[in-house]
Amino acid sequence: MDSYKTFDYDVLVIGAGGAGLRASIEASGCGASVGLVCKSLLGKAHTVMAEGGIAAALSNVDGRDDWRTHFADTMRGGQYVNNYRMAELHAQEAPDRVRELEAWGAVFDRTKDQKILQRNFGGHKYPRLAHVGDRTGLEMIRTLQDHGIHQGIDVHMECTIIRLLKDGDRIAGAFGYDRERGKFRLFNARAVVLATGGYGRAYKITSNSWEYTGDGHSLAYDAGADLIDMEYLQFHPTGMVWPPSVRGILVTEGVRGEGGVLRNSEGERFMFQDIPDLYKNQTADNPEEGWIYTQGDKEARRPPELLTRDHVARCIVREVKEGRGSPHGGVFLDISWIKEKIENAPEHIRRKLPSMYHQFKELANLDITEEPMEVGPTTHYAMGGIRVDGDTQMSSVPGLFAAGECAGGMHGANRLGGNSLSDLLVFGKRAGEYAASFAKENDGATVNETAVADTIKWALEPIERQEAAGSASESPYQIQYDLQDTMQELVGIVRNQAEMDEAVEKIAALKQRADQAVAPGNREYNPGWHTALDLHNLLTVSEAVAKTAAQRKESRGAHFREDYPEKSEDWGGNSLVVRKGGDGEMEITREPVMEVPAELQEIIEENR
Amino acid sequence: MSTATFKIWRGDAKGGEFRDYETEITDGMVVLDAIHQIQAESANDLAVRWNCKAGKCGSCSAEVNGMPKLMCMTRMDTIDVDKPVTVEPIKAFPTTKDLVTDVSWNFEVKKKIKKFKPRPPDAEDGTWRVAQEDVDRVQEFRKCIECFLCQDVCHVLRDHQKTEEFIGPRFLVYAAALDMHPLDTEDRLEDLKDKHGIGFCNITKCCTHVCPEHITITDNAIIPLKERVADRFYDPVMRILRALFGKKKAAKPPAAEAGAHESTKVE
Ligand SMILES: Cc1cc2nc3c(=O)[nH]c(=O)nc-3n(C[C@H](O)[C@H](O)[C@H](O)COP(=O)(O)OP(=O)(O)OC[C@H]3O[C@@H](n4cnc5c(N)ncnc54)[C@H](O)[C@@H]3O)c2cc1C
Ligand code: SF4
Ligand code: SF4
Ligand code: FES
Repeated sequence: MDSYKTFDYDVLVIGAGGAGLRASIEASGCGASVGLVCKSLLGKAHTVMAEGGIAAALSNVDGRDDWRTHFADTMRGGQYVNNYRMAELHAQEAPDRVRELEAWGAVFDRTKDQKILQRNFGGHKYPRLAHVGDRTGLEMIRTLQDHGIHQGIDVHMECTIIRLLKDGDRIAGAFGYDRERGKFRLFNARAVVLATGGYGRAYKITSNSWEYTGDGHSLAYDAGADLIDMEYLQFHPTGMVWPPSVRGILVTEGVRGEGGVLRNSEGERFMFQDIPDLYKNQTADNPEEGWIYTQGDKEARRPPELLTRDHVARCIVREVKEGRGSPHGGVFLDISWIKEKIENAPEHIRRKLPSMYHQFKELANLDITEEPMEVGPTTHYAMGGIRVDGDTQMSSVPGLFAAGECAGGMHGANRLGGNSLSDLLVFGKRAGEYAASFAKENDGATVNETAVADTIKWALEPIERQEAAGSASESPYQIQYDLQDTMQELVGIVRNQAEMDEAVEKIAALKQRADQAVAPGNREYNPGWHTALDLHNLLTVSEAVAKTAAQRKESRGAHFREDYPEKSEDWGGNSLVVRKGGDGEMEITREPVMEVPAELQEIIEENR
Repeated sequence: MSTATFKIWRGDAKGGEFRDYETEITDGMVVLDAIHQIQAESANDLAVRWNCKAGKCGSCSAEVNGMPKLMCMTRMDTIDVDKPVTVEPIKAFPTTKDLVTDVSWNFEVKKKIKKFKPRPPDAEDGTWRVAQEDVDRVQEFRKCIECFLCQDVCHVLRDHQKTEEFIGPRFLVYAAALDMHPLDTEDRLEDLKDKHGIGFCNITKCCTHVCPEHITITDNAIIPLKERVADRFYDPVMRILRALFGKKKAAKPPAAEAGAHESTKVE
């Protein structure tokens, strides 16, 4: 059998984005020995791309804000199917987590009275997003990274985990390979924290990087953990649409927060025409009110461009479908118009949105201070994920924890912008803390040797198949493209039964093809091989998304069905839970949404 | 649409060669797209490091026609495709495979720089008050995406391999970011002189020219640090003053410090 190196830790953290780094820092601060594994180099995880900001009710800009309002906003955004306990803890603890980041060296933009500045974002009642220009994620990940490297955490960069290992019911460790040499590594651990992010790469048009193949979701599922809310996948309304090679790259919501407006080909601000009842009270009904809101007028209501992402994305799809789209199949997003309102607008835009200015200039040859951008929806964020306990972040497998985007429940049916970065900090910390105490309270476990041997055999198959394959070989890249087309076309923003049933069938066929994928070359830094292994995760996650979406016969948040365009009370009371059945097949069950306690319900009602 | 020929370096630490690949070029494509297309079409195992494909993570550094670039931000329509386009890994560090370089040295170097040490909180709630101007001053340095292109072109590392003695422009920027951080109180000047080798930099500005984040590395980060080191260790007036008043860290922010410096001269 292939040899492998073995490492022993109290806590193994898989993923080095905001959640994984925060968890590692906490676990090591609690005295645990910590190993941190990530697929890329340190500091390159997805979190680095976040732009707009971190949501926390610091109430620096608007004194009326507090955790209660943040909690109510999060629940409204999530259409009241959130794990209320997570939404509560998140709203309460986010301000401390942001201040702590400052104590570790993060530099945020400031208010006139020298406090941390906060900006407006969709679905947040008050200006709430702490930020640094439009590169907040970079500031956050770098701060955590630079703080973390002095904590004695053992980092394994460019190492991919392909299997979680158990001892009976509980977690015992994980198994993976290093990209550089293609050699295997065994990690024995008393507790494991998954912080692997999302799965946008299951779609063709996405703002997500290659890392987003749903590894954590799929690892947890295979280990017997529950997944929840998998039908809820966020399509961000504004991704680049032109040129084709940059399609999907994100255009931050910050553009709209700073006064940017959406127009169709007829020059119309179409968002004014469709304001959902849930948001009527809080939304401006004329352009002037919307503008002064973005400029900090506390009496004004927010412009309809800042409605929740699911809604804005659907309005854009409608405009395009009805023939009022931009030349390349999007709509126009214009920030340059603010020159009518303020002096030095170009300079102001460059200062407030430097990365966006740069991104359009370099990739699309377009000056956003002069011309409107063309934008359209892009697959962005997974609300669904590993089901966890709100307080501890432990999954249904003892000793297995999850935090960040790969965990489910916190955001319900739709996430508000800025609520992810804060989620990473709040629950990254909690996961680290509780994983460390789990490790302290429980003895070491023993990994199952047979499972290790099986994993090695499985992992090497794509490479070994090349000798046997000859002309009938299947390229892993082609299978991935076909999956992306299937998900994009059939389980996208607007869904219906027939298409989703077709997707489920297609995914089953793709699974068979994936079993025949061939990776030419050797084991050293071989992306073809890595893609072949990632397929298992992408297919597992896609199956869960397609099957749960096909089951939920209503429209709610990010899950929109043209055959059931309304919300249903019956469905609103239930979550869909996915787990691996005894026969290895996917099981989906309907379980009641957690009941919100009276005192929290009161907060929700007050903020209706 | 047109076809372009790429000469891509294929090999590993032991050696390698350029190999030719042809691929179709479409509107708006960047070099990384072309590399991915080649990878999918005819070189499944071609190793390339990337992540965000939006110029934000600094993973995809390589030398395109000899120029250090982020592949994801280099548009094909800025390159003459009548001639073959060469793509090779950055050279200051050992090659892992094909376009991937072993940059682990950089992560080790960072650990040696003294970490952030804030002054005590200003306000009762445990937070600080900071002016936007002070934030603006360090913003530039904090934009760094750690692509290490500046390290790649610095002759001290690339040609002279002074990796033991010199931390390179990226980490001088890092040191400057900490030094000019509105809350930081740590003193790194002695380390900069003795351990981090700031003296090796002879201000060629090659690093500044390649920085994709347009950080004015030499003028805004390195030269001010050099001046402070010089003031501390080589300026006789400062040396006497220090002997008299003790080895205190100069007042912050640097603007204020420059003022203080001038007034001592007047005295
Ligand atoms: C362009 C963009 C802009 C955004 N802007 C904002 C914003 O302004 N505000 C906001 O709140 N949110 C924003 N988001 C969302 C937010 O950035 C992400 O949800 C969040 O960063 C996810 O963090 P994470 O820690 O869960 O995972 P990531 O940061 O994605 O980290 C995942 C880690 O897991 C590792 N990993 C994955 N699989 C494996 C495996 N098998 N083995 C080992 N390691 C593995 C990866 O290498 C990586 O280190 C944005 C997202 C995008 C794409
Ligand atoms: S200016 Fe200094 S650090 Fe930059 S490349 Fe030249 S010698 Fe190296
Ligand atoms: S300073 Fe510029 S060139 Fe150097 S690593 Fe940072 S971003 Fe790259
Ligand atoms: S891939 Fe992130 S900078 Fe190029």
